[in-house]
Amino acid sequence: MDFSHSLSLTLPEILLAVSGMVLLLVGAWVGDKASKAITIVSCAVLAVCFALVAPSVCAPAMGADTVAFGGLFVADAFAGLAKLMIFAAAGAALVVAPAFFGRYATMRAEYPVLILFSTLGMAIMVSATDLMTLYIGLELQSLAAYVLAAFHRPDDRSAEAGLKYFVLGALASGILLFGMSLVYGFTGTTTFDGIRAALSGGLGTGALFGIVFVLAGLAFKISAVPFHMWTPDVYEGAPTPVTAFFASAPKVAAVALTARVALDAFGVQAAAWQQVVIFAALASIVVGALGAIGQGNIKRLLAYSSINNVGFILIGLATATPQGASAMLVYLAIYVAMTVGSFVAVLMLRNADGEAVESISDIAGLSRTKPLLALCIAALMFSLAGIPPLFGFWGKFVVFQAAVQADLVWLAAVGIAASVIGAFYYIKIVKVMYFDEPADVVHGRSDWAHWGLLAISTLLMSPLGYLLTRWLGELADGAAAALFLAA
Amino acid sequence: MGGFPILSLMLLVPMIGALACLFVGAKSARMIALVATLIDLALGIVLWANFDIGGAQWQFVERAPLFSQFQWALGIDGIALMLIVLSVFLMPICILASWDSITTRVGEYMAAFLFMEVLMIGVFAAQDLFLFYIFFEAGLIPMYLIIGIWGGANRIYASYKFFLYTLLGSVLMLIAMFWMVNEAGTSDIPTLMAYDFPAGAQTWLWLAFFASFAVKMPMWPVHTWLPDAHVQAPTAGSVILAGVLLKMGGYGFIRFSLPMFPEASAQFVWLIWGLSMAAVVITSLIALVQHDMKKLIAYSSVAHMAIVTVGLFAFNVQGLEGAMIVMLSHGLVSGALFLCVGVIYDRLHTREIDRYGGLAINMPKYAIFFLLFTMASIGLPGTSGFVGEFLSLAGIYQANTWVAAVSTTGIILGAAYMLYLYWRVAFGVQRNADAAAMPDLNPREWVMLGSIAAAVLWMGVYPESFLAPMRKDIAALDARISRAAPESDSRLIIGQPTATPNEHAAHGGAH
Repeated sequence: MDFSHSLSLTLPEILLAVSGMVLLLVGAWVGDKASKAITIVSCAVLAVCFALVAPSVCAPAMGADTVAFGGLFVADAFAGLAKLMIFAAAGAALVVAPAFFGRYATMRAEYPVLILFSTLGMAIMVSATDLMTLYIGLELQSLAAYVLAAFHRPDDRSAEAGLKYFVLGALASGILLFGMSLVYGFTGTTTFDGIRAALSGGLGTGALFGIVFVLAGLAFKISAVPFHMWTPDVYEGAPTPVTAFFASAPKVAAVALTARVALDAFGVQAAAWQQVVIFAALASIVVGALGAIGQGNIKRLLAYSSINNVGFILIGLATATPQGASAMLVYLAIYVAMTVGSFVAVLMLRNADGEAVESISDIAGLSRTKPLLALCIAALMFSLAGIPPLFGFWGKFVVFQAAVQADLVWLAAVGIAASVIGAFYYIKIVKVMYFDEPADVVHGRSDWAHWGLLAISTLLMSPLGYLLTRWLGELADGAAAALFLAA
Repeated sequence: MGGFPILSLMLLVPMIGALACLFVGAKSARMIALVATLIDLALGIVLWANFDIGGAQWQFVERAPLFSQFQWALGIDGIALMLIVLSVFLMPICILASWDSITTRVGEYMAAFLFMEVLMIGVFAAQDLFLFYIFFEAGLIPMYLIIGIWGGANRIYASYKFFLYTLLGSVLMLIAMFWMVNEAGTSDIPTLMAYDFPAGAQTWLWLAFFASFAVKMPMWPVHTWLPDAHVQAPTAGSVILAGVLLKMGGYGFIRFSLPMFPEASAQFVWLIWGLSMAAVVITSLIALVQHDMKKLIAYSSVAHMAIVTVGLFAFNVQGLEGAMIVMLSHGLVSGALFLCVGVIYDRLHTREIDRYGGLAINMPKYAIFFLLFTMASIGLPGTSGFVGEFLSLAGIYQANTWVAAVSTTGIILGAAYMLYLYWRVAFGVQRNADAAAMPDLNPREWVMLGSIAAAVLWMGVYPESFLAPMRKDIAALDARISRAAPESDSRLIIGQPTATPNEHAAHGGAH
């Protein structure tokens, strides 16, 4: 395992790091007027990284060839698929940003750079096979995210969001570090391989505590109940492009990381963490659904929706089977497309002055003033609710099928019954748009970039999406096989 | 028919029509919708004409492995054929019924109806369990929009109730489907219909499917969404709801619950019978006291659907055939009755029965049609209602005389509430000047009601046309479920004298 091989495996990360630093210097010298150029270059960098990672997913890369730096880092198909989703979501967050910040003249050169650094952190997270790498990636991602949450300086809520995110994120990192130190203390190693080998002999109380604390810390990052409290406030306060980013890319990274930790490092002791994950899954579904019902702000509602969706993803993890891991990835891919589409649609809701409209009552009767936009939002909402023939149903389909195959029929039955509660608030948005009298607030025009992203997302969620199921299933199966090869 | 994918074409035509309707004005949307539904009607007739009675069980089969985990598999037997023909027959009538009465957002309205047609045909033609589920469940979206946008005063509540009720019913069925596919290793419906699931598991699977179909059917006591949805839905929405959507529940029982879980069906026969008996009596009595015409017909639908479930779970050929004919007949008759309500609602904008009276004087043509459909709903010989109800009750009589006795009161009560309705609306004095001034049927309404009347009489006079395609499928189903058929009480009583002939002879000698 020579050094150049390791470097070639980490090429996308190196590219992200180098270009991030170079663009930061450009931004420092040229100033904010370069922000547009830097955004474009950042998008190009993400596209190149996407192209670099894609081959490892199409022909599932796994085994010893994918391990870099002596077991600190792995570039297998599982990490690759997660990275593709992360890069795509980060690219979307860059594309929609200039229009939003331009309205308030607060577009700064740091925004694309922070997105790049955050993306770098996420890429490291999903490739981590060592607790040290994991922590470095997680913190790099989080620190960039704290700044991004507070990026919209004219708005007090943004500063509040940044502060809340930072304080609670730091607490979660503390819990995670405490768990990692316990795991290290009781297994004597930080590598996932070593931890698995040590745990296969049996599970001591100390290591069990370590596992629980590590999972608690990660549950915070994926905003699973009962560590979800920060989510609605941060999602509401952060500028909308950043919220779109938070709801998609870091979620993918954290879920993929959780899956690798749970299935690889702690895989031999699945029984120890399965109950924890099952509880978090069901609690997330129920709390996410109930919490959303009373919301009047569409961003807060989507925050609860993301908590709800994490619950379904965790059902895939709770199975601890390759089918479950594959189902998780399929769900994640669909979730990212739906979430990005939903937030892009929210960004397109502007009043006559170009101010963002966030209140649900303001979109009343949207189907009569902006029929196409309303149709797209309605499709996305039905998709989020998991109603066939929209593609969002497929995510729930694979997850619950995996649960039934793993003999967790009761979990599937309870989970799917709880999903009906969630359907209520999604169809409420459709009701407001289609049944109510027009409030006639939304007037602003949107550029082609927003329409393009929304069209892609809506088309993917339309029944045409089912034509992708074979291809998506193969990719996810390959990725899950790569994950379980190690385990 | 060789490899020509006629079923896919029948799905494609309204789909394209629906997309086109979204982007054009009101006038062209109406035209596109009518043309698309008429093309589908023509295709449906071609389908019926080319259906080989007595041939292979599954005809017009198409298979394309387009998706992961399930495939695009279509194909029909006689049962599905009849229900598809019913759907494509009612659709152009629905479009015509909305021709003048829908004036806002016509494009969206027509698109929703055409989309609905795609899903209805899909449900009856699907040969893959998951494909069926997708079509079955997707119907929620257009119906939600139709009730919510074009419905009456309390439409929001009705649309939520419809959506959440039926969704909760269906999701548990999905979990059961996962289990079945996992167990049997295929999602192919014909294979699953012949697969013997372990008896213990059947119980749970049957209950999960029951949860879905009972809500869709709807069976008492989970029928409460139906009167709300009907009253609030526009006329055409009610026609489709009563005419075809309710049949999805019955179709589900005959396609899934009975052949896939015969033992569990026999085990739960008391539940079905009990709920059906309760429904027949209770909802008929509720119908008797309604002031709203649509609510009355909605409750009568629940009572008729109870006759269907009784017939289905009689476990014999008469019962099954009767249940199918009741479904077809009810699809036509209740659809026509809702149209009759719609005709006068369009003129006076009220469904209050008391606001009308003596319509036979100023609307004689209307009164004749209304009378025919009233009689068909009661089950007068010569109309389709008689054939179905007679066969169903004959079937259940062989299985259980008590259930037959209670179910038959439904006919009497049905006559009571329907004739009472007809009397209040069409006969008597003309209480209100505005009702007395209403014009008689226009040609469009005449065509709509006339075509249904022809079908009702055809089915009543010569039901063989409709029974023949289904006969073989029902015989096959009967052969499959007969092993589990519950013991009959009527046969036991007939059997006693022949079991002890000597005793009788001895008695005779003593005299």
